[in-house]
Amino acid sequence: MSPRVGVVLFPGSNCEMDVQEAVRGLGGDAELLWHGDATVGGVDAVVVPGGFAHGDYLRPGAIARFSPVMAAIQAFAADGGPVVGICNGFQVLTEAGLLPGALQKNRGLKFLCTMATLEVASTDSVLTSACTVGQQLQVPINHFEGNYTCDPETLAALRAEDRVVLRYVGNPNGSMDDIAGVCNESRNVVGLMPHPERAISPLLGSDDGVPLLRSLLAAAGAAAGATVGA
Amino acid sequence: MCESWAMRYSVQVEVRLRPGIADPQGATIERSLPHLGFDGVSEVRVGKMIRFVIDAADEAAAAAEAEDMCRRFLTNPVIEDSEVTVSVLEGAPA
Repeated sequence: MSPRVGVVLFPGSNCEMDVQEAVRGLGGDAELLWHGDATVGGVDAVVVPGGFAHGDYLRPGAIARFSPVMAAIQAFAADGGPVVGICNGFQVLTEAGLLPGALQKNRGLKFLCTMATLEVASTDSVLTSACTVGQQLQVPINHFEGNYTCDPETLAALRAEDRVVLRYVGNPNGSMDDIAGVCNESRNVVGLMPHPERAISPLLGSDDGVPLLRSLLAAAGAAAGATVGA
Repeated sequence: MCESWAMRYSVQVEVRLRPGIADPQGATIERSLPHLGFDGVSEVRVGKMIRFVIDAADEAAAAAEAEDMCRRFLTNPVIEDSEVTVSVLEGAPA
């Protein structure tokens, strides 16, 4: 059975179709999870996609974290379920407390829509297990608030625990320690600003998002197997 | 009648970036001011102001409610802090 990936749809999400397309192209099943439903519907992995959830009013993710689906995602993550937040999804996960830190306005105060070069810093996460440390990936970014910020103690912990999973080569937005993606302590929740779902074919300028999404599908498959076996 | 909610208060919440958090908007404004002839301006910081009216038993209760809102919703404590100012709503019956 193909792993089932739930893609959260908030009012204002705009990358949910791309994520579903990418997942299906890699052999997974994809379905939408409406933000107003307090369930993840038995999926094997959850993606919180990019966009402007609830208009990004107050702060990106500030209102989205109170959507009923978020409590279900918290419980799913606490059970070890794979959860990935991409771009606005990363912002939502930090606001919800599933990931540490916050995403500030870009250092140059410009909305950045460009290809970025990433370096895999850790392969011990649900999004990078199929990569190698030091591997460089071309993955596009598309954000105004992607400047990763946290207090010095948190940064020290992230580094000591190998929880920075992706770094920028040539930091585009001012992120501390060139951070493009981090994971939680259990390594099953990952947030990143770049869009792997937009790098799945040479026709799109890069297919370097494939190993990232394959990692997620492998984690989802393992979760599905565990459920079947239980 | 609910006498304990007899008062209406005007609340101003100033949301600010915490000290030490880079403020690219403030820095850009600071760099722009000399072009208009405003010299000698420093430490420009950009925040936001949220105003609302709240019914509460007294000023302390209104302030406590606003502080709780700041903690749970109005600020992101990772990068922001806030200052709450409470005053009796003008024009409200005493």
